[in-house]
Formats: sequence, structure tokens, C-alpha cells
Amino acid sequence: MRKVKEFIIEKLILLCGLASILFVTLIFLFLLKEGIEVFKSVGFFKFLFGKSWYPISEPPQLGILPLILGSLLVTIGAAVISIPIGIGCAIYIAEIAPQKLKEILKAGIELLAAIPSVVLGFIGMVTLVPLVKSVFHLPTGLTALSGAIMLAFMAMPTIVSIAEDAFYSVPKTYKEGALALGATHWQTIWRVLLPAASSGILAAVMLGIGRVIGETMAVMMITGNAAVIPHSIFVPVRTLTATIAAEMGEAVVGSEHYFALFAIGIVLFVISFAINVTADLFLHKRQ
Amino acid sequence: MVKLETHDLNIWFGPAHVIKQVNVEIQANEILSVIGPSNSGKTTFLRTLNRLNDLSANYKISGKVELERKDIYAFDVELLRRKIGMVFALPLPLPLSIFENVAYGVRVTGIKNKKKLNEKVESALRQGYLWEEVKDRLDESAFKLSGGQQQRLCIARTLAVEPEIVLFDEPCSGLDPISTAKVEDAMVELKKKYTIVLVTNNVKQAARVGDRTAFFLSGELIEIDKTDRIFTAPRDKRTDGYVRGKFG
Amino acid sequence: MRNPYRTQKIAFFLLLLATLLIVVPVGLIVVIIIQKGLPAINWQFLSDIPRQGMRAGGIFPAIVGTLYLVTGAIIFALPIGLLTAIYLSEYSKDNTLTRLIRLAIVNLAGVPSVVYGLFGLALFVIFFKFGASILSGSLTLGIMILPVIITASREALESVPHSFREVSLSLGASKWQTIRHIVLPNAIPGILTGTILGLGRAAGETAPILFTVAAFYLPQLPDSIFDQVMALPYHLYVISTQVPNVNEKVRYGTAFVLLALVLCMNLIAVIIRSKFRKKKKW
Repeated sequence: MRKVKEFIIEKLILLCGLASILFVTLIFLFLLKEGIEVFKSVGFFKFLFGKSWYPISEPPQLGILPLILGSLLVTIGAAVISIPIGIGCAIYIAEIAPQKLKEILKAGIELLAAIPSVVLGFIGMVTLVPLVKSVFHLPTGLTALSGAIMLAFMAMPTIVSIAEDAFYSVPKTYKEGALALGATHWQTIWRVLLPAASSGILAAVMLGIGRVIGETMAVMMITGNAAVIPHSIFVPVRTLTATIAAEMGEAVVGSEHYFALFAIGIVLFVISFAINVTADLFLHKRQ
Repeated sequence: MVKLETHDLNIWFGPAHVIKQVNVEIQANEILSVIGPSNSGKTTFLRTLNRLNDLSANYKISGKVELERKDIYAFDVELLRRKIGMVFALPLPLPLSIFENVAYGVRVTGIKNKKKLNEKVESALRQGYLWEEVKDRLDESAFKLSGGQQQRLCIARTLAVEPEIVLFDEPCSGLDPISTAKVEDAMVELKKKYTIVLVTNNVKQAARVGDRTAFFLSGELIEIDKTDRIFTAPRDKRTDGYVRGKFG
Repeated sequence: MRNPYRTQKIAFFLLLLATLLIVVPVGLIVVIIIQKGLPAINWQFLSDIPRQGMRAGGIFPAIVGTLYLVTGAIIFALPIGLLTAIYLSEYSKDNTLTRLIRLAIVNLAGVPSVVYGLFGLALFVIFFKFGASILSGSLTLGIMILPVIITASREALESVPHSFREVSLSLGASKWQTIRHIVLPNAIPGILTGTILGLGRAAGETAPILFTVAAFYLPQLPDSIFDQVMALPYHLYVISTQVPNVNEKVRYGTAFVLLALVLCMNLIAVIIRSKFRKKKKW
């Protein structure tokens, strides 16, 4: 009797072990099921590189290049800001800060990670957007720049915590060896620790960027949502994620617009899949 | 009567061949001491007998181990481990109270009756020479006991399951001489009821408590004989070297 | 000649600056929300329905909706997540299947939240015909927080010493009995921590509930799991961007309640974690 019960439980455990694979597959299949239509009707390349996104005009024009460029611009901007600051902060926490301060700083980073993105978006709207507008004398503060700053901020917890782990996983002997040879603490960090932790740092950067590309609410609230090809960082843009979030509510189920939004979902899924698999490889190489 | 025997036992962990062609017969109600330098395969041999090695991923076994002429792989593994109990090198109390540590093995057989559990726990603690010291604090965490007490608790815990054979894996390696003496006394007393296999790094301990002694070297069983003979007139000069080396 | 100690001083100053650039704004955000949000909080704000086109009144339906969604998500995700963690920590061998499962979990953690929203819409709302409902939203959020629960639970299970398992097995306990009586009880604080962190995450997410459950304005409470509800994060989005001329107090108040809810959960998780570390006996 007990044997039967345990047999059932163990099978159930195995089944649940497989659940994650099932869910990832399901996500991909259902995106594909709803989105593949557009690749057929519009054409794969015309969809990805079409210059106009007018989903409700007659006939609809479904080219997502403006959205891809919008995402790219914001992401690059965020990366430029967040990578040096994030890695710098990770070095400071891992190597320089005294124990007490380290705890406080880590709590601060964790706090940032916990703040819901819609709250950050709201705060960005009431503080960052007017600031950008007045500093750069722009007609509106809802620009790619505001989005990039906000997203940089949101990528920090990921970059800092993973890069910090990378520094901790460098064997102590490396550091002691360098210090024993008379290098200063900074020389040791710059010439020994950074190179030794490089693959972990790379993973941190990639996952941080993954977070940025996938971020939706904050970016939708502060980038201005203009689905046109941006020519500078001081104009409103619309990202892939924001397009889905903003338009799915109005899209008629089964319409071409609806299918196109799912196709954008496929693009996002593929990007995040590629980023996560590569980052995972880097993290494993380290171990 | 032969209680436990191995026939052409070979064991590998991945590519490492750790037990080589070992044939042993263990008699009922004897204490068999197993000695040898570290990495000679003593502990692996012991853990084979109650199939604890099965937990290792790259474990491979050939040959046969029989409990009362029946292949140990023909037993239900839980039943086998109840018949062949084990005491580990370090005192390893479970994170439970003293009472629950001893009752654990009984409970998993499905016995829930409080009175019966009480009886079994008391009798096991008495056999482990611990009852008098803990009878008023059975509900305290087992981690509050001293190292020697913890090891005797582990012995009592093993006995509570009422095994036929008890395997001791260097049971005194972490203990002071006084605690060691208490554990050794317990073992000699237990011999009346149980068959005991004792793996030890302490040659003197083997001489003190073993009826027979087996000497392992690099996974091979070099010699097995009456303890007196192993220590006074071993047939193999490697045995002689090891026991003398330790003496001198 | 360059002086290495001066270089070091400059470098360390820049690193400190980078750190401050992150930590100071975090502090400011929290302070601003507390400062401007706290005065808006009173019993009426917490217990009343939104009034005058959400420009006044309270946020009670949104609070209730979020609580429903979070509860639903955890009912779904905790058992699956915990059993997955048990599989990975106790049963899986080092083989291709295990690597695949690990990879799947990493990817689940990385899928953009809005893609979860699409998935929930396609699978639960349309394919299973649950409609936009608490059920659809909870399931979507549940799958989204699965990786958080799995990762934390697995770590907790693996931190239980291997020797405990050996002792239990050597006493004749079966593998499941060992897990049930020895491994799980000692991993509970870690599992709890992970679960609460997952809850906090579910409470704050907007994108996954946009098309699966969230109602723009719905002043009454739901009758069944097939009803739509309002939710705090979506409500904050709506009153920040979709409704003009909303009183600032209402916005900050809503942001404050949402932030307080999420941070409370995180705080509880942190407290459990540190208490457990102090109590650990092995």
C-alpha cells in the first residue's frame, strides 16, 4: 500500500520535473500558432524590415523595423549607461566596501529589484521626464533618452548581483598572489580580478540587456510611443514590448493586427531565448 | 552459522576499481574488525553490505553479497537496511529531539502507537548505555548532547530498528578515550545479540574488541583470521608490517 | 611617472560614485513615494471603490483583485515548483534531460513579461476559453513565477546535508519517507522565502495580466474565478496614463500601496531567511 503511494508520488515528481520544458514549449507553440499567419501573409523579411507600422490603416502596413529600431536605440542607450555603472558598483561592493556598508548596499540593490516596473514607470513620468525635457529643451520629455535612463536603472540589479558573484568566484589565491607581488589593490582588481571574472561579467551584461529588451510597463509609460523610425535619442520611440502591451487591448482577435502582435512576441521570445542560452553558457564556463 | 558473505566482490566508482575480488564469510554473533590504511576500501566494503553505495551515481558492482544465503539485491532495500543497521564515523544526529531520533527508524515502519514507541526507545537507549543520562530530557534537541553521547544516541537509534547485523564505520574516530571506551563496551555487549562488522583505523581497537580481523590493502582482502593470529602470527608480511607499524 | 596610489584613489572614487548613482535614486524613489503617498492613505482610500472616473474615491477593488491573483498564482505555482525542485535536487541524474530542464527554467525566467501576457491570452483566455478571468490571470502569473520558486526551493533542499539522507536511508526509511520527514522539514524556511519572493513578483507585474484578467474599471468584487478583476499595478498604469486630470494624491497613494505590499513581502522573506540562518544547527 505504502509502496503504491510512493510510486505515484515519485511519478508525479518526475512529471512536474518535466513541467518547465512543457511550459517553454507551450509558450513557443502558442506564439507560433497565433503569429505564424503574418509571416505567411506579409512575408518574413517584409515583416521584420518593413518601414511602416500602421496596423489599423486599410490595408494595414505591418513592418516592425521602427519598433525594432526603437527597442535597439533604448537598449543601446541603457547598456551604455548601465554596464560601466553596474560593473563599477559590483566591484565596489565585492572588493572595496566594508562589511557593514556592503550589507546596506546589497539591500539597496535588492530593494531596487523588488520595485514593480509600473511604479518605476510612474516615478519616471513625474520626475525623470520633466527633467529630461527641461535639461535638453525638448518639446516633450517622453523620449528614447528617458527610456534608456529608466531601463539602465532597471538593469542594474541584474548586472550588479551577477557580476558581484563573478568576483566572489575568483579564487582567493589570484588576488593574494598579485598583492604579494606588490601590486596595489586597484592594480589587482584591474589586471587580475576583472580578467578572471570576465565570463561571469559578460553573462551579467547579457542578462541585464535581456531584462532591458523584455521590459514593458516602464518603457511604455515614458518613451512617448511613436511608432516611427527614430533619428535621434531625443525623440519619442516605441519598443517591441510596448507595442504589444499598448495595442493588444484594441486588436480584434483573429485580425491581421492581432496576428502581427503575436509575431512580435515570437521575435521577443527568440531574442530572449538566445540571450539566456548564451549567458547560461558563459556562467557554466566559469564553474 | 554464516550470517553474511561475499563472493568475488568487485566494486568500481567510475574508472576506479576500489574493491577487488573479495571473499568473506561473517559468522553470526561475532565482531569482525576490518583494518587497513586509508583508501584501502574498508568503508566502501562496509557500505556495500547495506547497499548504501547504491546512492552514488557511477557505482558498479559485480559478484555477490548474501545475507543468510539470499542475495542482498533480492531483498526489498528498506527491509535489508533494517536488518543491517549502520553507525557512521561522525555522530550524525538528525535535526530532531533525542526521542524522535531513536523513534525515527521505528516510525517509518508504520508503528504509531505511543506506548510501543516509548518502550522501543527506552530499550534502545538502555542498550546504547545512554538511558540514564537522557531519560529526563528526551524532548531536547539531539544536538545538545556531547559528541560521545551523540554517538551512543546514533547506536541506540540503529538498535531501535532491531537489526540482525550492525555495521560500525570508524565509530570512535571523533571521540575522546573515555567515550571510546564506552562505545567499545557497548559493542562487546551487543555481540550477544547482534553480528557486528567494525571498520576502524585504530589497530588497538581492532585488537581489543574483534573476534576476527580482516586486513584490507588497496581494495584487496589480504588476510582474515582470528584476531590473536593477525596480531601475533600473520601469514602475510604486509599484514605484519601494518599491525607492527601501528604498534611501533 | 604615474603614481599607482593616486590612480587607485581616483579609481575607487569613481567606483563609489557609480554605487551612489544607483543607491541614492533608489532611496529617493522610496522616500518620494512615502512622502507623497502616505498622506493619501486613510481608511476610505483603502476600503472604497474608485469614484468620479477613478479621479477620487478608493482602490479597494484593485487591492482585492491583486490579492486574488496572487493567491491563485501561488496555489498553482507552489506545488509544481516545489515538486520540480524535489525532482532536481533528489531524483535527477546528471544527464541530458536534467540539462534540458535547467535550460527550460533559465528561459522561463528570461521570457519578457509581456510575452507571458500573450501566451496567457492565447492559451488560457482563447484556447481553453477561460476568458479574461481570475483563472487565466492567475495561471499566467503562476507560470511566470515558477522559476523563482523552483530556484529558491532547490537551493533550500540542496543545502540540507547529504549525511541526513544517508542516516535516514540506513535506518530503513524509503527515499520518499526520507524526503518527506527529513529533507523537506529542514528546507521549509528556504522554500517559504522563495515562495514569498515569487508572491511579491506576481503582485507587482502588470504586463502578464493586461490581456488575461485586468479590468479597466470594475467597481464590484468578483463572484467567481471566471470574473475579471481590477489589479493594483494595472490600476496605477491606468490612472497614470489613461485617465487625464487624476488627483496626484490618488496616484501616489496607489503607488504607495502597491510598493508597500511588494516590499512587505520581500521584507518578510528576508526576515525568515536571516532567522533561519541564525537557527541552523549543522
